Amino acid sequence: MLVSLKWLQEYVDIEDISPEELAEKITRAGIEVDSVIDRSQGMTNIVVGHVLSKEKHPDADKLSICKVDVGTDVRQIICGAPNVEAGQKVIVALPGAKLPGGIKIKKAKMRGQESNGMICSLQELGIEGRVVPKAFADGIYVLPDDAVPGSDALELIGLRDTVLELDLTPNRSDALSMLGVAYEVGAILSRDVNFPEIKYETSKEKAEDYIKVRVDATKENPLYAAKVIKNVKVAESPLWLQHYLMAAGIRPHNNVVDITNFVLLEYGQPLHAFDYDSLGTGEIVVRLAKEGEKIVTLDDQERTLKSHHLVITNGNEPVAVAGVMGGANSEVTEDTTTVVLEAAYFEGLSVRTTSKDLGLRSDSSVRFEKGVDPNRVLEAQERAAQLLCELAGGEVLEGTVLVDELDKTPARIVISPDEINAKLGMKIPLDDMISILQRLKFDVEAKRGLLVIDVPTRRQDIKIEEDIIEEIARLYGYDEIPLTLPEGKMHIGGLTPYQQKRRIVRNFLEGAGLYQAITYSLTSEEWSQKFALKKEETTKLLMPMSEERSTLRQSLIPHLLEAASYNLARQADSVALYEIGSVFLGKTEEGLPFEEEHVAFVITGKWVDDAWLGDKRNADFFTAKGIVEGLLEKLGLTERITYEKGTMEGLHPGQTANILLDGERVGIIGGLHPSERKEWDLKETYVVELNLHALLRAEAKGVEYDPVPRFPLVTRDVAVEVDRTVPAGELEAIILNSGTKLLKAVKVFDVYEGENIEAGKKSVAFTLTYFDPERTLTDEEVANAHDKVLNALKAAGAAIR
Amino acid sequence: MEQQLKQIEQEAIAEIAACTDLKELNDVRVKYLGKKGSITEVLKGMGKLSPEERPKIGALANTVREKVTQELEQRAKVLEQQQIQEQLEKESVDVTLPGRKVRTGNRHPLTRVVEELEDLFISMGYEVAEGPEVETDYYNFEALNLPKGHPARDMQDTFYITEETLLRTHTSPVQARTMLAKKGKPFRIICPGKVYRRDTDDATHSHQFMQIEGLVVGENIRMSDLKGTLDKLAKRMFGEDREIRLRPSFFPFTEPSVEMDISCFRCGGNGCNVCKHTGWIEILGAGMVHPNVLQMGGYDPKKFSGFAFGIGVERIAMLKYGVEDIRNFYIDDIRFLSQFRRAEG
Repeated sequence: MLVSLKWLQEYVDIEDISPEELAEKITRAGIEVDSVIDRSQGMTNIVVGHVLSKEKHPDADKLSICKVDVGTDVRQIICGAPNVEAGQKVIVALPGAKLPGGIKIKKAKMRGQESNGMICSLQELGIEGRVVPKAFADGIYVLPDDAVPGSDALELIGLRDTVLELDLTPNRSDALSMLGVAYEVGAILSRDVNFPEIKYETSKEKAEDYIKVRVDATKENPLYAAKVIKNVKVAESPLWLQHYLMAAGIRPHNNVVDITNFVLLEYGQPLHAFDYDSLGTGEIVVRLAKEGEKIVTLDDQERTLKSHHLVITNGNEPVAVAGVMGGANSEVTEDTTTVVLEAAYFEGLSVRTTSKDLGLRSDSSVRFEKGVDPNRVLEAQERAAQLLCELAGGEVLEGTVLVDELDKTPARIVISPDEINAKLGMKIPLDDMISILQRLKFDVEAKRGLLVIDVPTRRQDIKIEEDIIEEIARLYGYDEIPLTLPEGKMHIGGLTPYQQKRRIVRNFLEGAGLYQAITYSLTSEEWSQKFALKKEETTKLLMPMSEERSTLRQSLIPHLLEAASYNLARQADSVALYEIGSVFLGKTEEGLPFEEEHVAFVITGKWVDDAWLGDKRNADFFTAKGIVEGLLEKLGLTERITYEKGTMEGLHPGQTANILLDGERVGIIGGLHPSERKEWDLKETYVVELNLHALLRAEAKGVEYDPVPRFPLVTRDVAVEVDRTVPAGELEAIILNSGTKLLKAVKVFDVYEGENIEAGKKSVAFTLTYFDPERTLTDEEVANAHDKVLNALKAAGAAIR
Repeated sequence: MEQQLKQIEQEAIAEIAACTDLKELNDVRVKYLGKKGSITEVLKGMGKLSPEERPKIGALANTVREKVTQELEQRAKVLEQQQIQEQLEKESVDVTLPGRKVRTGNRHPLTRVVEELEDLFISMGYEVAEGPEVETDYYNFEALNLPKGHPARDMQDTFYITEETLLRTHTSPVQARTMLAKKGKPFRIICPGKVYRRDTDDATHSHQFMQIEGLVVGENIRMSDLKGTLDKLAKRMFGEDREIRLRPSFFPFTEPSVEMDISCFRCGGNGCNVCKHTGWIEILGAGMVHPNVLQMGGYDPKKFSGFAFGIGVERIAMLKYGVEDIRNFYIDDIRFLSQFRRAEG
């Protein structure tokens, strides 16, 4: 909402307060003032000029040489506008004038001819082209004949004004009108609001003899009022009216349309004027549209209606989309003499739906959507009738043709002052509360310790006690609210075990060298299941903004690879990123996907880089696996985890491991497949994804204390020769299950193929640790235990070397 | 014989002095003092001496032996010293060379902000609640006093999945879910999480971003409690000398509703680019829980009251660290992420 302070001054006295100060007060009281716009933009030396003569420039087709009386003297000005004519009163920027956009006017020669100033268009004075009247859209602006040469042109066209741009929250639709803003400002400054005095003479003819009104949809349209104004002379509006509209961002058209727009801005009540003769039937019927019914609206667009859209018809065909826009078939034109003036209450949701369906928002629909004041519909109509008399020479017929089923009762709220203070944590005296409500022009009475308030219907946002609390608090001042903390029962806060463990996972992974990444949950359909541990029904947006953000992901890996690729393309020599986030799987009973939290990471490039020490190593499969092992150890799950060779599309078939928790797959480690590397523009890259949800929910071993050993450990090495395809993990399992209680640990220390080993075979060497917490083991005991291991290995077909 | 012993002594001392390492020195010791050493050999000839000479020569031999032993020991010390010296020199390093790198990563700046706020609120007795990112229209809107067709639904453009399900546009649905889960008991929660809106990504908009919702429900929860709590938050995140101010605003799920500004941490309120020359920076929206919301959550608004606030995590991080483009949080450029590694108290 754009509020001209010059205009506002007509309703509430703000002359003694600076625009900035006023803006600050309005903002602090609850309506945010987005900007304070000085319409004169510091312009000077802009005066009224009288074009005495116009001649063609001898050396330039499009230029005219004008002699202009600027009050002090008559001077020559070269003008390029096609519409300049002798006899016009125009706006002249004299040499020395500064125009918006940093333009300075100087004496100049144009194609050899002297020019002592510039005749201006409105756009040159900083007015937006879209609000400039069509007649002057492509040329200079012409002032009325009574403008006095040499006088201040800015004053005349209303640019000696400041406009406040209000950013209204959806509840404050009452401030979508000048009077509404005047009420707000009046309440803030504790000042009265002056209403326009409505007075005009009616003709002897009766409106009801000209027009009949029928409403077939009173739910959507509980109030419809028609007035008839005859002998209207359609012309340009007076300057002040045009400039008020322009200041509010509305383009002036003609006096009839301008008056309806003016009242819309003044009262917040949209009105519509039909050309009575085009209407043709002497009848208005308001009804729901027929499915597929068509109407050409005032913007010359053909609109196809649906059966829930409300239309105004002449009994035969639609003449307006109710509350949204009029029809071209009944538009007021220069030839109009009789006008039907519509004032109505259209139900908000209906207008909102129609406007949304048609993709058509107007100053009218915006106001109806949010609910206009039921008690000002008819008053606004009277105001417009008066202006049609005064400014368009109209003759208002007696009476209003009315269908009215609208409830106009104000909301009554009863609240105790103690409750107000209790909710606010304040001690506002009762008198102050009453005075604030009076400033708001609410009807208030203190009865038996309670405040009984009748809220004017213009404030549709005030419905419950809390709304009154807010009104009182905001005008009393939020600065007055003290700082306290909630009292009462002690609460013990904290993270859940799951949340604590999630932080441990973050700490571990960061300690292991990975940066935390956050990537988008929405991805392309193609990527949504790529690398997914579980592929289930995907969740897709109804109307995605783009294909690449259309589907919720089932794996974190694709976006991590994308980030890795991005970093490598920007000279990073290594990338190590992890992410914790949800994947979206299938559908639960609630109709929502199951959100499973996963953790994933990607590593590529240099891992150890102490080159001067001769220590340099790239990230590889075992780097990734080491991190996984460390993490699972930290989570106390090591003993329940196994690794097996796995496969996944996009991963290297020889470098992929499934991670199993109690035999169920909870994750995957893998090298990126060479063809994928190419696609992502990556070198050797390793990825991991784990079902964090499963890991953190699994019952984990906590700390289990054992006394520090008092007896020595005994170690024995064993090397076995087996087929190269036999996994070391299998051998380890055989050793661990060989049946000796003394064996405490097994560790691979060498894997070897080549010389001295038969082709197709490999040697794997283990260090075994034997230990008894109660005593020192004898050689014999160790030998017995070791024999059991050797026998188990032999039994499994391994050759002991 | 006496002559012989004196000569042995001189020779031994000379040889000891000539030794350059402990092995040579040991050879010398064996040569003179060993079982077949020259001094031993001399003493074996003692039998041929007269009884008067014997004690004399015997004493002399002992003196020589002692002398040689002493020389050996002294030389050994010197040589050991030398050897350690050599070892020290050999093992010396250029301490200005870089150490072996310990590879570490760090938290994402958004997580950093979230955890900082979590810890602050945990210290004030809050629990951390979480909820789904795909929500029903009911929890995201209706349970928050935003029925279908409500004009305020315009404030947030929504990614719908179906007519009834959507990507949550704020963390507020966790409010409704928590109230139902707490079954009428007072509670304090904050809920951090990802939210989504139909925005085209640019420097200040992101279709995915993070919020932290706070909600306190109890008997006698006052608006001053909200203000006091927000004051703590502002001071924790932006410095102890921050001041806050509340401005009336509108959210369908709170009444009264406020926006909170903090005094500018850059200029202290004098006006600068960060605060757009107003001295104040808008930080978050908050308010007293709307009675309809309490009611729908199973709390009697006559008995219970509450406050709620919603923080934009990106906004806090952008202000706190001076990040200029919201997209940086989601590109995951290591040159960006690695800047947030240092600890801050």
